Amino acid sequence: MRRRSFEHIGEVLYEETLPNGLRLCVVPKKGFRSSYALFAADYGGAHRRFTLDGRLIDTPAGVAHYLEHKMFDLPGGDNALDILTANGADPNASTGADMTSYFFQCTEHFEENLRMLLHFVSTPYFTDETVEKERGIITQEILMGEDDPGLGLYYRLLGMLYASHPLRERVAGTEESIRAITAETLYACHRAFYAPGNMVLCVEGDVDPERILAIAREALPQETQPVPEADFGPAESLLPVESYSRETMPVSAPQFLLGAKFAPAAKGEEALRRRLTASLALRTLFGRSSPFYTRLYAKGLLNLDFDYEADFITNAAMLILGGESRDPDAVLAEVKKEIEALEKNGLDEERFRRAKRASLGARLRGLEDFESVCFALASGLIEGYCALEGPELLERIDKADCERFLLDVLRPERLAFAIYEPKKD
Amino acid sequence: MELSRVELLPGVWLNHLRSDKFKTACLSVNLLTQLTRETASMNALIPFVLRRGCTRYGDMEAISARLDELYGTAIEPVVRRIGEIQCLGFYASIPESAFLPGKEDVLRPACELLGELLLNPATRGGLLLPQYVDSEREKMLDALRARVNEKRSYSVMRCIEEMCCFEDFSAGRLGGIDEMKNVRYQKLSKHYRSLLQSCPIEIFYCGRADRKRLAALLRDTLSTLPRGEIDYELGTEIRMNALEDQPREVTEPMDVSQGKLVIGFRLGECMDDPDLAALTVFNGVFGSGSTSKLFANVREKLQLCYYAGSMIDTHKGLLLAAAGIDCDKKDAAQAEIFRQLEAMRRGEISDEELQAAKAGAAADLRMAEDSQGELEGFYLSQILRGLDYGPAELAELCEDVTKDDVVAVAQSVDCDLIYFLTEDGEGEADAQEEL
Repeated sequence: MRRRSFEHIGEVLYEETLPNGLRLCVVPKKGFRSSYALFAADYGGAHRRFTLDGRLIDTPAGVAHYLEHKMFDLPGGDNALDILTANGADPNASTGADMTSYFFQCTEHFEENLRMLLHFVSTPYFTDETVEKERGIITQEILMGEDDPGLGLYYRLLGMLYASHPLRERVAGTEESIRAITAETLYACHRAFYAPGNMVLCVEGDVDPERILAIAREALPQETQPVPEADFGPAESLLPVESYSRETMPVSAPQFLLGAKFAPAAKGEEALRRRLTASLALRTLFGRSSPFYTRLYAKGLLNLDFDYEADFITNAAMLILGGESRDPDAVLAEVKKEIEALEKNGLDEERFRRAKRASLGARLRGLEDFESVCFALASGLIEGYCALEGPELLERIDKADCERFLLDVLRPERLAFAIYEPKKD
Repeated sequence: MELSRVELLPGVWLNHLRSDKFKTACLSVNLLTQLTRETASMNALIPFVLRRGCTRYGDMEAISARLDELYGTAIEPVVRRIGEIQCLGFYASIPESAFLPGKEDVLRPACELLGELLLNPATRGGLLLPQYVDSEREKMLDALRARVNEKRSYSVMRCIEEMCCFEDFSAGRLGGIDEMKNVRYQKLSKHYRSLLQSCPIEIFYCGRADRKRLAALLRDTLSTLPRGEIDYELGTEIRMNALEDQPREVTEPMDVSQGKLVIGFRLGECMDDPDLAALTVFNGVFGSGSTSKLFANVREKLQLCYYAGSMIDTHKGLLLAAAGIDCDKKDAAQAEIFRQLEAMRRGEISDEELQAAKAGAAADLRMAEDSQGELEGFYLSQILRGLDYGPAELAELCEDVTKDDVVAVAQSVDCDLIYFLTEDGEGEADAQEEL
């Protein structure tokens, strides 16, 4: 395995690509009690249309998530979740728009549990009866999501940003869309996207990397298999479909989200640089120490729940900021003022320097949690970069990079603004 | 890992856990005070007001700029309710110098800033600034009102509120909305001064600094802490039985598509001499995780819900079973939850169920040793119980729990209240307007 040392952050990484295409990386951590494994497919809620065996397949919204629920069933009526739990592991799974993840953490029997993880995720076993059985549970999960105003507002914003991209639809689908899902649909999606060449395995903990490699070689199918290209729809313009919406919802106070699309970088180191630039730029302009945030906080226009992020999902990239406010329109006006000032004066040198220091500390803190490290490594493997290079690359990002990014993305015509407000008395 | 404990100043204890595993150190300072309805809101507000400005860094921008300079050191207000003890203070996360350019030491300046925030707030005429107090009060009110947005946690909170309506526990972590509305800067300033004098203070540190260095740093930092008579009379009143013969029922209509059922129990006589390990394993068998009876039956077998589970409060002696269900499935879900508890009372617990619960509980506890946040919470809770053993020791105790121990807990619990959040039928959301 290839060994890479990241001395300044005290980490070592081992990586390898297997003949069957699986990309694997291991971060050994001496002195820790537990180990964590993430086995993820480059396949999520947005991969709805694809070509398999020369045939165009258009799957209903919610299939990737439905498949995740049913993967735990094993032939013979066994359930992988139960087996792992009984063996002392804490297993779970999640489906995002671009990735389906199966993971566990444990303190004992790590190798056994890893074998089970690799085994059950590569063993599709669905019957019409078991698929039918799950429909009630998933419907309840969908309804629970529909009662969540935060999630509702997020999808409202995506609907305003994108004209036809499948990101518009909820990852879990709707009560109606999941009705059409059968065992056959799940088999087709598993065959298309769960080939080792479309998957990544990331492990962190007190483990021996060579053992992980040996287990992965043994437990997974040997053959390579072509992976279908997903069709995310026609290329979208960088302008939103709708730039302003205000709706009444059962919320205690107005909630708002501001979004803007931007062009994602090509795969590779450039993708990591783009992420770091976006995150540092947003921190400098909108972070906890920014004049923007502290001024609006003191005025009572923003709360501690104000947050911002740059999202890179499938072939899409966008920045989102939002929170709760008594007067979201006033917040929007302040954002626009901030952009005008940025055009005139650029970012403040001193603030940028401090934001960079803070960003380094935040990245160190991010290394504390096995789960977030493994997820970051997995995204990196899929996008062609190594997430542990972040702290070092961050050093090389300058103020001009951040200014260029902000001035490009935050053009007034690019912005979409969504508000949920409570019913007036 | 071994916790060492030393008294720095009268009633101020440093709990020190030396560890080289982490990239950041954690340092929390907690003032302990009895939870009461009258004072809970003021207590909760104090760390948030202190975080707005101190004499050296007069406003949030100055404080945040300083934190950025210290490589993104985070110092956040924290308010907890552990049993009927309210803990308020700050939680700091400080990058270890080993990983910073030039090995710059940020522990000392971070401790100094923490001390500044705690002891030297921005004041005028000796009083906390009214604009900070008013602003934080309004934000806290927004946060209290926003709890209704998260239906799952809201329903659990409402069940506890109703179940413990005659106990201080129902004041909640942050106090009530009406009490919060009445907080003013004059009274809050006085209250803050009296807390500094009388509260026992528990400091927790986990990181690379040795105890001697840290103790010296903190003694410096806290040297101006005014101390008076320390109030050690803190405790939690544990009610053993349900309030009435039959479980009380509370139904709350709201504009929701999924109903939330929360059944509240008293843990009962087993709280006379609580066996933490037995309680933890009991909860594992009943409703924690995918091998539990509630998950296996309410969710997997009957498919009544997406989530079904239980949680325990071992300080206050409560058990809560919760499920998110179709609004017309309440009776079925409720009956199944009781059926599962009855089965446990009769000893119908398979070896696999018991084994899975024990292994799960032990693994969760051992994993806590890999997370500073978990360690901090675990030890603070232990300190309040007067216990000093760590998560690994409790894990071992869990592995020794027998079926009889679990059955004994099941036989001890007593249902007190059934809470149901359900659709209102008219698409009107009125509940939050009362708040």
